[in-house]
Amino acid sequence: MPKQTFVLNGERVTVKVADSERVLWVLRDLLGVTGPKYGCGINVCKACTSHINGKAFNPCSVKVGDLQPDDEITTIEGLADTADGDLHPMQEAWIDRDVPQCGYCQPGQIMAAVALVRKVQREGGTITESDLDGIRNICRCGTYTRIREAVRQGARRM
Amino acid sequence: MHESDTSARSTTERSHSDGGEVVAVGPAGLDRRRFVGYVLGGATLVTAADLTLGRAPARGAVPSLPQIPEIYDLEDLQTDAALPTSQLITVTIREDGTAAFELPRMEVGQGIVTSTAMILAEELDLPMRKVEVTLAPARPELIFNQLTGGSNTTVSTFTPIRVAAAVARQQLLEAAAARLGTDADRLSTISGTVVDAAGNAIPYGELASDAASQVVKQVGVTLRPREEYRVIGTGRKRTDARAAVTGQKDFATDLDVKGAKPTMVCRPPTHRGRPVRLRNRKQILKMKGVTHVAQVPTGIAVRAKTFGQCIDAIRKMDVEWDLGDLAGENDESILEGLRAAELPMAVPDVPILAEQVDLGFEFMFRSSAALEPFAAIADVREDRAEIWAGLKVPILAQQNIAQILGMSQDQVKVNVVTGGGSFGHKLFSDHAIEAAQISQAMGKPVKLMWHRADEPRQGRMHPMCTSRVRATMLAGQVLSFEQRHTSVVTDFSHGLGEIITSTIDEAPTEVGRYLGGLGFSETIFTLTQELPYNLGAVTQLLNETDQRFSTGSMRNIYSPDVCVAAELTMDELARRMGKDPLELRLELCRNDRVRAAIEAVAERGNWGRKMPKGMAQGIAVHKEYKGCTAVLVEIDCRPRTVDRKVRNAVTGPRVTKAVIAVDAGLVINPIGLEAQMQGGFMDGLALTLTSSCHLEDGRFLEASWDNYFYTRQWNVPPEMEVIVMDPDVDQPGGAGEAAVGSSAAAVACAYARATGEVPTRFPINHDTISFRPKSFIPPVPKSPTNGLKFTY
Repeated sequence: MPKQTFVLNGERVTVKVADSERVLWVLRDLLGVTGPKYGCGINVCKACTSHINGKAFNPCSVKVGDLQPDDEITTIEGLADTADGDLHPMQEAWIDRDVPQCGYCQPGQIMAAVALVRKVQREGGTITESDLDGIRNICRCGTYTRIREAVRQGARRM
Repeated sequence: MHESDTSARSTTERSHSDGGEVVAVGPAGLDRRRFVGYVLGGATLVTAADLTLGRAPARGAVPSLPQIPEIYDLEDLQTDAALPTSQLITVTIREDGTAAFELPRMEVGQGIVTSTAMILAEELDLPMRKVEVTLAPARPELIFNQLTGGSNTTVSTFTPIRVAAAVARQQLLEAAAARLGTDADRLSTISGTVVDAAGNAIPYGELASDAASQVVKQVGVTLRPREEYRVIGTGRKRTDARAAVTGQKDFATDLDVKGAKPTMVCRPPTHRGRPVRLRNRKQILKMKGVTHVAQVPTGIAVRAKTFGQCIDAIRKMDVEWDLGDLAGENDESILEGLRAAELPMAVPDVPILAEQVDLGFEFMFRSSAALEPFAAIADVREDRAEIWAGLKVPILAQQNIAQILGMSQDQVKVNVVTGGGSFGHKLFSDHAIEAAQISQAMGKPVKLMWHRADEPRQGRMHPMCTSRVRATMLAGQVLSFEQRHTSVVTDFSHGLGEIITSTIDEAPTEVGRYLGGLGFSETIFTLTQELPYNLGAVTQLLNETDQRFSTGSMRNIYSPDVCVAAELTMDELARRMGKDPLELRLELCRNDRVRAAIEAVAERGNWGRKMPKGMAQGIAVHKEYKGCTAVLVEIDCRPRTVDRKVRNAVTGPRVTKAVIAVDAGLVINPIGLEAQMQGGFMDGLALTLTSSCHLEDGRFLEASWDNYFYTRQWNVPPEMEVIVMDPDVDQPGGAGEAAVGSSAAAVACAYARATGEVPTRFPINHDTISFRPKSFIPPVPKSPTNGLKFTY
């Protein structure tokens, strides 16, 4: 069985698993990192959104064999450590706006929001209605309105 | 002691036998805040509430022409059903000064853990952080008091929880009085500490064992009056928010139960088909990571080291299927059956002199699936079984699982895990039963998860239904309003059916007489449907047909569809009478609380403002759950909006603004209530515009969120406002489902006004299939591998 090595939330990990296994199951079933959630397995619902080298990606749709040893994977569990303070500003905004209901999609929503804000900031802009409309993450509780508020609020402190 | 003296106020009105001992106390009507509770025997302070004695049959005379829910509705029935066991709801004060409470309901995101902590904090005078609310496992002795549904949690638990907490606080006061050599009424509590005028202060924790009792004793308490509330009615954030945003909140599949390996099921192509046999069992067992394969009634189960390996195995399975009763059926053939079962109207369709509005609506199948798919962990051994799952009726799950496994109920432990949404889906224990069957067949613990594709294809559906409305008008008055709702059979085997059978004799005689001859579905329909308007002779009747589908409620049972049909008819009546929709509603409104809510949204939403062609406002109201919701929306149906492009998305008309007024009676947590209104709106929006399942040759075409169009950010109204009404009442109402019907109806009314055409089939985009259906054999899609192309 091949060995897969990558950096997970700041620590190098090595797992014995086939190249074709999707990263989501490596994280959840083999490494016990359960923040990224399963909601569809086909890169639609975005509940598993995490970061690879600082950019949003969906581990349900990436083979673990496609990761490089120095690729840095950040899941919701590791997000706070990427910023100063106890929590990442986006997590704080989420708490402040009381966004979560059942909470199942929220790790993915937050990871998507952080990546979106970074992208918009890289491009020298600020979050627009159209950026918010483009967030693909599903929330079946319908917390969308508070997500929109929290993204703007979190962005101001990023 | 004044506070614990029950005899002074006791006059027997209702009695209840508990363990052979008959206890009786006075009517609540004399003092609506005075109740009786218990101190239970134990080393630390444990108190309980008994409300069988506290509730007076206070319903007044029946006016001549009310609809049934005005006298006795589903909330009353569920609350009555919970009464006989309410004394078993206990509050424990621990020696560290914290309070512990096991809530016999399920948290699925609706915020009841937070609101329950608030109620306890209020009555105990304890900071929220010192109140720990957890979910109770299945407790068979609670019988009907462990069903989470019908937006009933707060309605039925509000008073019992307060009574148990008030007894605890009172016992702590008395324990402190004994220690300080004074009377309890000279003491008061401040935030978890008993204090006296001299400056002595004793924390609750130090009093917990003193306040405990060797024996069970009955005490009377007076609940805190509403004007003294300091927690109830203030906005409190969710107690689990931090866990949710840091990834620490665990759902069923996140639990680490020893040996419970990932397990999935290869399911039939047709809805409710069945497996005959797996032809390539040996090949599957040889696949990477696969440990076990077993045939169960719902399909072929596979257990492996990862869920990815389960998916790979399912895709390789060669299964012979029995396609079941639905092969060959489609939307139109099911609709034909419904039309044939529609009950006749009483008013003939050729009225003399009067003018008539005659409308028919169709509502397609919808999937009630949450984002967390059905999932359960089961560890079935020879002589015992343990289950972990999100379950809204865990006692029934325990009974069903015990029966299927051939065990007694006490051999099965059912743990309730917080759910990743429910919306009615988790009322049934399909997932827990299936996990138990698989674990038994494999002889191993399993962590069962449904694939997303399984949900719309084999999961619970909101039944397809039709609603016909006929209203007659004469000289500017509405003389009659008849609604005939016809639905594919709704499955009530999750426990509500049994509750009705056992509780209906608690209803007032007139109601019981009416309901006596009805089945479960008709009873629930009758107990929930009510039009808040004066429309002359009103009848709303249900008929159900076709039992072949896996169905259930979906954040409401009948209400949203009934409300859409009725409110569109109201708009049509207004149009025929040459009146404004708001004007007609206010003119015919028969309830002051409903009127206040309608007026609130009309004012805040600036009803009647001029809008460009292709845009319009819509207004609708729904009365249920001891309260009501009114919704005003603005919709944009102009081509440039309808045709806007978002990759792999259904766009269509955009609701640009929504204003919701909610009257939920006494509000516990306005922040939580606002969240429920927003979420209810998103559901109503999807019901009217985008979300449905298509039946073709017995198969549901939808298999994912890119086929089943629940509301997405590109559909969300950029402007949304929730107004919380204060109706000045003492009892809380329901919130979870309250906003769905009025939201769906307001969007439908706005759409009709913007386009000039009254839609008759919902959702309005149902006739356009905007995706390529995923394969049925294999029944689950392959996970893509190109995810790194879409990073941002």
